Amino acid sequence: MHGLDVTLEEHPFFAGFSPDQNRIVSGCARNHKFDAGHYLFREGDPANEFFLIRHGRVALEIVSPGQAPVVIATLGKGEIVGASWLVPPYRWMFDARAVELTRAIGIDAACLRGKCDADAQLGYEMMKRFLPVLVKRLNATRLQLLDVYGKR
Amino acid sequence: MAPPDARLEEPHTTDAFVPDLYRVEAVRRELSDTVTLELAPISGTRPAYAPGQFNMLYAFGVGEIAISISGNHESGNRFIHTVRDVGAVSGAICRSAPGDVLGLRGPFGVGWPVAAAEGSDVMFVAGGLGLAPLRPAILEVLENRARYDRVAILFGTRNPADMLFRHQLESWRQRLDIEVEVTVDHADPDWHGHVGVVPGLIPHVMFDPAETVAFVCGPEVMMRFTATALTAAGVASERIHLSMERNMKCAIGICGHCQFGPDFVCKDGPVMRYDRIAEILALREI
Ligand SMILES: Cc1cc2nc3c(=O)[nH]c(=O)nc-3n(C[C@H](O)[C@H](O)[C@H](O)COP(=O)(O)OP(=O)(O)OC[C@H]3O[C@@H](n4cnc5c(N)ncnc54)[C@H](O)[C@@H]3O)c2cc1C
Ligand code: FES
Repeated sequence: MHGLDVTLEEHPFFAGFSPDQNRIVSGCARNHKFDAGHYLFREGDPANEFFLIRHGRVALEIVSPGQAPVVIATLGKGEIVGASWLVPPYRWMFDARAVELTRAIGIDAACLRGKCDADAQLGYEMMKRFLPVLVKRLNATRLQLLDVYGKR
Repeated sequence: MAPPDARLEEPHTTDAFVPDLYRVEAVRRELSDTVTLELAPISGTRPAYAPGQFNMLYAFGVGEIAISISGNHESGNRFIHTVRDVGAVSGAICRSAPGDVLGLRGPFGVGWPVAAAEGSDVMFVAGGLGLAPLRPAILEVLENRARYDRVAILFGTRNPADMLFRHQLESWRQRLDIEVEVTVDHADPDWHGHVGVVPGLIPHVMFDPAETVAFVCGPEVMMRFTATALTAAGVASERIHLSMERNMKCAIGICGHCQFGPDFVCKDGPVMRYDRIAEILALREI
C-alpha cells in the first residue's frame, strides 16, 4: 500500500516537489472519502483543511436565501478544492459537495501555514502552485460572467 | 481558394448573386430560439458541399444572412441548417413553416480540414450554437473513424436546458471510441456533469498535443480562450482551426463586408488557421 507521501508525489499539484518537501507536506495530510451528496465543507465554516481530488467530482455551490443552490464550478481528478485557507479570515465562501464518490487528500491548513512560515522555500513552492490555479479560475469566471452563449 | 474537401458541383444559377429557390421540407425546434430546417431545391439537385461551408439564406422581403450547413450527406437532396433567432432575418427564417420558400446561394467558403486531419488525434471544441457548423465534420470523422486516432468532442453551453443536439450528444457519448465531455456555465444541483467553461475541459482529454488537430467553433471570445488553452496544453497554433463569423453581403469576396485583416471570411474562411489569425483576433477594432 502507498504511504501518503507517495500519494502526494503522484498528484500533479506536487509534481517537482523535493522528497523532503513532500515529507513535510504529507505530515499535514490525511485521506478522505466522500460519498455522493456529502459535503467537503459548507460556506462560513472555518477553512482549516483544503483538498486535492484523487478521484471523483466536487461541485462548488452558492446558496441565496429562498433559492435553489447554484453550481458555479465542478472540479475533478487532479484538481484542488479551496483557497480560503490561504487568506484571513480563513472561512469558506461556498459549499463543496461530492457529486459522486470522491477520494481526496485533505491538507491541514494550520499545520501547512505553520510549516510554510517556518520554511520560506516551501511557502514559495506552494504559492507557485496555487497562484496559476487561482489565475486560471479567475479567467474562467470572467468568461462565465460574459455569458457568451446569450444573445448580444 | 478551393475548400479542402470540396466536392462542389456547378451551382444552379450562373449569377452568384441570384438565389436558388428552396422549399422548407421540415422544421424541428431545437431550443426556444433555435430551429433546424431541411431545405430541398424546388428544381434539380442541391450542390455538394464540404463540412464547415455555409449558405446565404434569403428570407424574401426581409434579408439574407450566412448560415452554416449543419447536416451531412444522409440528408440526401436537402440542406440542413440550424438557425438561432437573434434579429430580423434569422427571426423570419426561424418562423418558416413546411412548404414555405426561401432563397439560397452557396455553398461558400473554406471548410474544416477533415481529410488533412487523418492520422491525427482530433479534438472538436464547440460552444453553444457552434456545435451546428461542427456537426458535419464530426459526422464525417465518425463515419471514417478508423482513419483517425483519438477523437474527443468538448461542448460548452449556458445551462443544461439550452443544450443543442442533446440526443445526438447522448448517442455519441455511448460510443466507446470517442470521448464526449459536456460542460455548462451554471446549473442546479440536479446536474451531474461538469460546470465551468469549455477550455477547462481540454486538460481532461488531452492525450498527445503534438498529434492533436483541434476544430473550434463558438462565440469569438470562447474561441479565443479555447485557442489559448490549446496552445498552453502544447497544441501548435497551425493545428488549431477556428470558424470565424463576420457580417456578409456578397459571400464571394467582392464587397469587402467580411474583411478580417488581409482576408475575407467568406472566401478565405470561415474556417481559418489560428496561427494566421491569432494577432488580428486579439485586436479590438477588427
Ligand atoms: C460564416 C457564418 C456562418 C454562420 N452560421 C450560422 C448558423 O449556422 N446559425 C445561425 O443561427 N447563425 C449563423 N451565423 C450568424 C448569422 O449570420 C448572424 O447572426 C446574422 O447576423 C443574423 O442576422 P439577423 O438579421 O437575424 O440579426 P442582426 O440584425 O444581424 O443581429 C441582431 C442582434 O443579434 C446580435 N447577433 C448577431 N449575430 C449573433 C450571434 N451569432 N449570436 C448572438 N447574437 C448575435 C447582433 O449583435 C444584434 O444585436 C453565421 C454567420 C457567418 C458569418
Ligand atoms: S461578404 Fe463580400 S467580400 Fe465577403
